[in-house]
Amino acid sequence: MSAIRHPGRALAEAVTVVVAGVVAFPLFWMVLTAVKPPDEVVSSALPWTTRPTLDSFVRALTVQDFGRYFLNSVIVAVAVVALSMLVAFLAAAALTRLRFRGRTTMLVMLLVVQMVPVEALTVPLFFLMRSVGQSVPAFGLNHLGSLVLVHLAFSLPFSIWMLRGFVAAVPVELEEAATLDGASRFRFLWGVLFPLVAPGLVATSVLSFIHAWNDFLFAKTFIISAADAQTLPLALQVFVKPDQNDWGAVMAGSTLMTIPVLVFFVLVQRRLVTGLAGSVKG
Amino acid sequence: MTAGRGQGRTALAYLSPALLVLVALLGYPVYQLVVISFFDYGQEQVSGGAPLEFLGLGNYSALLGSAKFWSVLGQTVAFAAVCVLGTLVVGAALAVLATRVRPWARTCLFLAALGAWATPAVAGSTIWLFLFDANFGLVNTVLGLDGFSWTYGKWTAFGLVAAEVVWCSFPFVMITLYAGIRAIPAEVLEAAALDGASTRRAARSVVLPLLRPLLIVVTIQSIIWDFKVFTQVYVMTGGGGIAGRNLVLNVYAYQEAFAASEYGLGAAIGVVTTLILLAITVFYLRALRRSGEVL
Repeated sequence: MSAIRHPGRALAEAVTVVVAGVVAFPLFWMVLTAVKPPDEVVSSALPWTTRPTLDSFVRALTVQDFGRYFLNSVIVAVAVVALSMLVAFLAAAALTRLRFRGRTTMLVMLLVVQMVPVEALTVPLFFLMRSVGQSVPAFGLNHLGSLVLVHLAFSLPFSIWMLRGFVAAVPVELEEAATLDGASRFRFLWGVLFPLVAPGLVATSVLSFIHAWNDFLFAKTFIISAADAQTLPLALQVFVKPDQNDWGAVMAGSTLMTIPVLVFFVLVQRRLVTGLAGSVKG
Repeated sequence: MTAGRGQGRTALAYLSPALLVLVALLGYPVYQLVVISFFDYGQEQVSGGAPLEFLGLGNYSALLGSAKFWSVLGQTVAFAAVCVLGTLVVGAALAVLATRVRPWARTCLFLAALGAWATPAVAGSTIWLFLFDANFGLVNTVLGLDGFSWTYGKWTAFGLVAAEVVWCSFPFVMITLYAGIRAIPAEVLEAAALDGASTRRAARSVVLPLLRPLLIVVTIQSIIWDFKVFTQVYVMTGGGGIAGRNLVLNVYAYQEAFAASEYGLGAAIGVVTTLILLAITVFYLRALRRSGEVL
């Protein structure tokens, strides 16, 4: 491509780089503030620091107990991912591989359910978790189990829908061959199909993980009075107080919360983009 | 494959865990949301100190008769409209820009956008609050506006939240539209050029119609998403602003239910929000079908 065909390309690239800088700036400022020494956090507008320190991270982890909340968030997200992948894999296998009455209805229902604005369900879910907690405390209010349950439910329709495509991509002949070789349906499911669908499981679980990890509304609704069962978003929001902020530690906390998601996003970005374009086109 | 009862039974076994979870934790709550919205459900009823009183549509008539509900609804629509418009304009402009530059510049842009997209809503809101902090924020330091509070005034607060929402939601629009533009076969554009169409003409008469289905989809997605923004509004305005002047429907429902212990009223607001979103979705799907597009 010649410069004559693209006379404005240099200008376009300059604009692109400036825009990229502006878009990335809040994240850059977050990390920079997190590693600045305390006196520079509020006084220096310079976009660098000559005295980087991990002080703010130490304060966030010790004084504000962010390690605990980080762990809570990890527990919830990992439990949601493990359970939803197991349940969604079974459902996706049934919906793709088996012929049964009501199959189409179920597929349509899965699409409809995805349109329910879960934010509107805080009140009924609050009461549901309240009664669940009366018999099984670990899954009731003020316990991480309640968050695992609701995020499992929220992530299932989408996960089943996405996994269906991956299961369908495995040739049917493979199942026939496995059956001829005498493999039971159970063997085929876990020994053959499961490993083959693994890439799809990874992509799907990353999205489930991010949803559970980022949740603020339900954590705020369910974890009312148990400080030790708070998750990161909740802790961070409580942490930000008007007028008397330790911004260095707040930004360190934000960084701790953002990094896992950033890493996962970069890992699956290609699949995410093609998946989105595919779902839009398909 | 052998069809028959055997497969039906296996299917049921495979599907039962998913069905159980979905019915118990999505289906039943949706039903309960509607039921609760018909009752006077307050603190006394929750603690068992007073019997439940069936109000029928009482919560709804109280809601529709209150000036606050209508002003919150108006604010929600205006806020969502600004966010959707901002997201679409920025996303579409940058998608086009991305097709005009070499891969290195595009990678820069996409990495930055991916970062904004990936940032958890609470973290993003916190960062923006810090950038626009009255006394210690970089923006005020640079602009020389020391002590000016962006979150105090109703409109500056809404503007700040909208800016954060656009920041974290334009990447979805940009990347989807970019993929859409790239998916247009080169021959189509060459044919247009051979027929003597200018770049502008080709963009309007060839690219735009081809992108229409995709544009409609990202628009619906954005409307649905921006209409129910909760985290950003809650975190950045401290739960809906001073005297609730920065409330949007979802935050309003939350405050009525969990701060004022008016669970019935909160549920009614939830039902209204759901119905509005449903209407938007149906409206667009019909518009899509009428124009002969297949989703």
